[in-house]
Amino acid sequence: MNIFLGLIIVLSLIAIFLFFRSSEILNITKKRISTSFEDENNNFNALSGVIFLIISIIGILWYSYDQFDNYFLPMASEHAPEIEVLFWTTTAITFTVFILTQIVMFYFGYKYRFNQKRKAQFYPDNHKLEIIWTVIPAIVLVGLIGWGLVKWNKIMGPPPEDAEVIEVVGYQFAWASRYPGPDNTLGRSNYKLIDVENIVGIDFSDSSSLDDFMPREIYIPKGKPVVFKIRARDVIHSVYLPYMRSQMNAVPGMPTQMWFIPSKTTEEMRQETGNENFNYEIVCNKICGRAHFSMKHTVVVVEEWEYIKWKNSQQSWIEKNPDYYSNFVKNNSTDVAVLND
Amino acid sequence: MGVSKSITKKPVLKSEAHHDHNHDHNQSFITKYIFSEDHKVIAKQFLISGIFWAIIGGALSSLFRIQLGFPDLDLTALSPIIGNWLTPQGKIDPEVYLALITMHGTIMVFFVLTAGLSGTFSNFLIPLQVGARDMASGFLNMLSYWFFFISSIIMFASIFTEGGPASGGWTIYPPLSALPQAVSGSGLGMTLWLISMAFFIVSALLGALNYITTVINLRTEGMTFFRMPLTIWAFFVTAILGVLSFPVLLSAVLLLIMDRSFGTSFYLSDIYIAGEALSNQGGSAILFQHLFWFLGHPEVYIVILPSLGITSEIIATCSRKPIFGYRAMVYSIFGIGALSFVVWAHHMFISGMNPFLGSVFTILTLIIAVPSAIKAFNYIATLWRGNIIFTPAMLFSIGLVSFFISGGLTGLFLGNSVVDINLHDTYFVVAHFHIVMGSASFFGLFAGVYHWFPKMFGRMMNNTLGYVHFWVTFIGAYLVFFPLHYIGIAGFPRRYYSFTNFETGRIESFIDLNTFVSFAAILTFAAQFLFLFNFFYSMYRGRKASSNPWRSNTLEWTTPVEPGHGNWPGEIPKVHRWPYDYSKPRSKDDFIPQHVPLSQTKESNLPEDETR
Repeated sequence: MNIFLGLIIVLSLIAIFLFFRSSEILNITKKRISTSFEDENNNFNALSGVIFLIISIIGILWYSYDQFDNYFLPMASEHAPEIEVLFWTTTAITFTVFILTQIVMFYFGYKYRFNQKRKAQFYPDNHKLEIIWTVIPAIVLVGLIGWGLVKWNKIMGPPPEDAEVIEVVGYQFAWASRYPGPDNTLGRSNYKLIDVENIVGIDFSDSSSLDDFMPREIYIPKGKPVVFKIRARDVIHSVYLPYMRSQMNAVPGMPTQMWFIPSKTTEEMRQETGNENFNYEIVCNKICGRAHFSMKHTVVVVEEWEYIKWKNSQQSWIEKNPDYYSNFVKNNSTDVAVLND
Repeated sequence: MGVSKSITKKPVLKSEAHHDHNHDHNQSFITKYIFSEDHKVIAKQFLISGIFWAIIGGALSSLFRIQLGFPDLDLTALSPIIGNWLTPQGKIDPEVYLALITMHGTIMVFFVLTAGLSGTFSNFLIPLQVGARDMASGFLNMLSYWFFFISSIIMFASIFTEGGPASGGWTIYPPLSALPQAVSGSGLGMTLWLISMAFFIVSALLGALNYITTVINLRTEGMTFFRMPLTIWAFFVTAILGVLSFPVLLSAVLLLIMDRSFGTSFYLSDIYIAGEALSNQGGSAILFQHLFWFLGHPEVYIVILPSLGITSEIIATCSRKPIFGYRAMVYSIFGIGALSFVVWAHHMFISGMNPFLGSVFTILTLIIAVPSAIKAFNYIATLWRGNIIFTPAMLFSIGLVSFFISGGLTGLFLGNSVVDINLHDTYFVVAHFHIVMGSASFFGLFAGVYHWFPKMFGRMMNNTLGYVHFWVTFIGAYLVFFPLHYIGIAGFPRRYYSFTNFETGRIESFIDLNTFVSFAAILTFAAQFLFLFNFFYSMYRGRKASSNPWRSNTLEWTTPVEPGHGNWPGEIPKVHRWPYDYSKPRSKDDFIPQHVPLSQTKESNLPEDETR
């Protein structure tokens, strides 16, 4: 690879140098004063356009075919195929337009290159033609928009009632997650309660906080709707799950959410990709500072029964941090949830 | 055509015509070249400043492409130049990386493709092509440059500050840009960025108001609106966009300054950072994004429209054909301009704003593809049955159309909210805007320089070097930006310092491709020095130009080879026809300049010439 690159550098430098020298010498010998438009340069440039086009089209088609598995990620949510169908339809349309317009343009450039004997055709407009190429794109666009909006409203619409609720909190430079626990209700939180231990600011004066738990990795069940309630502590982050085709920004001061139905377990994905270390990861996709590039969090997709088993085995946060909780009770004794019960 | 007739009768300032500007006012060096009020000198000042910034912007991109393409390379050898930007291992520091991309974006978008492009060509061409002695206010025009200069100095100085320049991305979203605790670039560097942009906005407004006034008020006799070259239409609409959108950026910037320095909470709420809960509450981080993109999206068209105008002019001239569908071109410029104000939130589909807004902005965004498509098709139709002369300017114009199509088409993915969910903030976006707005506008800039160099400096640039420059840059730009689509489809986020930590098992995916892209980028950047050499060499040693080397119709070619202050030694020529009478049937030349009366070309007149 390195030798190849080096060769290209050297060759191109030589080529540029020779080109410049020869043109200088040619100009001196010919003593050209007036601009002559019809010369070998014009033909060279016209032809180069066509050659460039042919090589690029072959290159693009080859790479797109050859590397498909490298750039096309397997899909792991139920809505992913719906997005991908629209994506690839758009690709088919735009690629056709791209190829046709570029072919026509470089072909015209070649065919109608300057010729002293010819005169260009005075052809200032043609309303019919212009209406055609206004209306056709408009119709195609209406189709794409309509299709897109139906899917958009579905994916971004309210999550199903029975969705698993998980809180995801982004901070420089990691993610934290909180599950509602057996009562299925996330307790309140307040950013002013955040400290080194209570990293998402759980408010324990709310009784539904008491059974909330915060695992090291996010577990979600295959085939069940999951909704992420997203917050950010400091700057904007973005929850991005490329395999799920899901993304939503995490904004300080403004809770957001996204939901999806996982369709492949981590185990299934490991088999499909042939990578036994495969893991789904939330990657941060909004510039957030120094370690933005390494801000990620593992997401494990399991079968539903495994998920229930896993969930039942989790200790609540206060069970894991009894000292913190007793301090909290001491400091807030007037309005602690336990007393209210 | 009722509109154009009523405009034809517009009285012309009679005193203008008698004022003899040929004598050179005995100006000193300072008033002639530094604090000049001559639009041509100011244009050159903008051009040279733009070139300076483009070199800086390009060099910064080469640095971060080294990090992306050759992550293991030891850069200790560069430490005399960029010493404190390196880690002890000789690599670029992660925060410096963020600063590099931020400054690259800021410099390229604002200082090169806004000031460098509009500043150069709107200034140079508007008076020359509409037939005016100078801008409506030469003094404000001079101020416009010097505000830009101050802004440039401040931005340049920010690179050398202790904590480094701004590093929150060129979009400077708060809270990242508001909190010095969040990233070191949000300290003094960010303050200077904001001050610099405030000056920049003043400069942009002074310039734009001048362009608008000049186009409306100072057209020569007979230059009706619909006889203006498309360059002027494009500059005119660009200036209107600037006047309407830059003040919004100013307000966004001012509120951010308040949040940073005076403890307000416009954008800040519920923040816990660096072990401390801030007292700010009730602000909205999304508000900044709305304000920013309310400028930011029109800004994209402020960057591309002048290039499209320049291209229209060059493609017609070098195809020896009238531009196809002149009126449709004018209307589509207006269409794009108007729609550009109502599409901004397509940058924010997944920002957390209401999904219903996303639906509305999807519809509006995709509508803007229609006028854009019209422009692309009309360019191609102009080539049809032309007699095409591939000057370097023409090559760059065709390159622009090629980029405009390929980059515009990928907009159909990103503008469709549901497809954007997966592509947002990935390399797909980087590919899209670098092709459609970066490369395309740059090509318009190059095309303009090659085409109007003879008018600017009275000499010709070397064509052969121009051809080499074009082919290396054209192929190079495609090799740099096209592969990024694949990386984006694979879900690789932008603004990542490195992918070594990214999703287990995917580290290897694009190492070779990234190396290839970096290599192409650095080579393409290096090729720009061919242009620089050609530019400065030809300025002094180039072949002397004739007064109308491209055999073009527009008014600037009726001036002397090197026009003095006031442009025309005698009276300003009157205009009798539209600017696109190329290869008219039965005409003996293949071009008829705008100032030639219809009475002199009886053999080739067409019935519709009366209304053109």
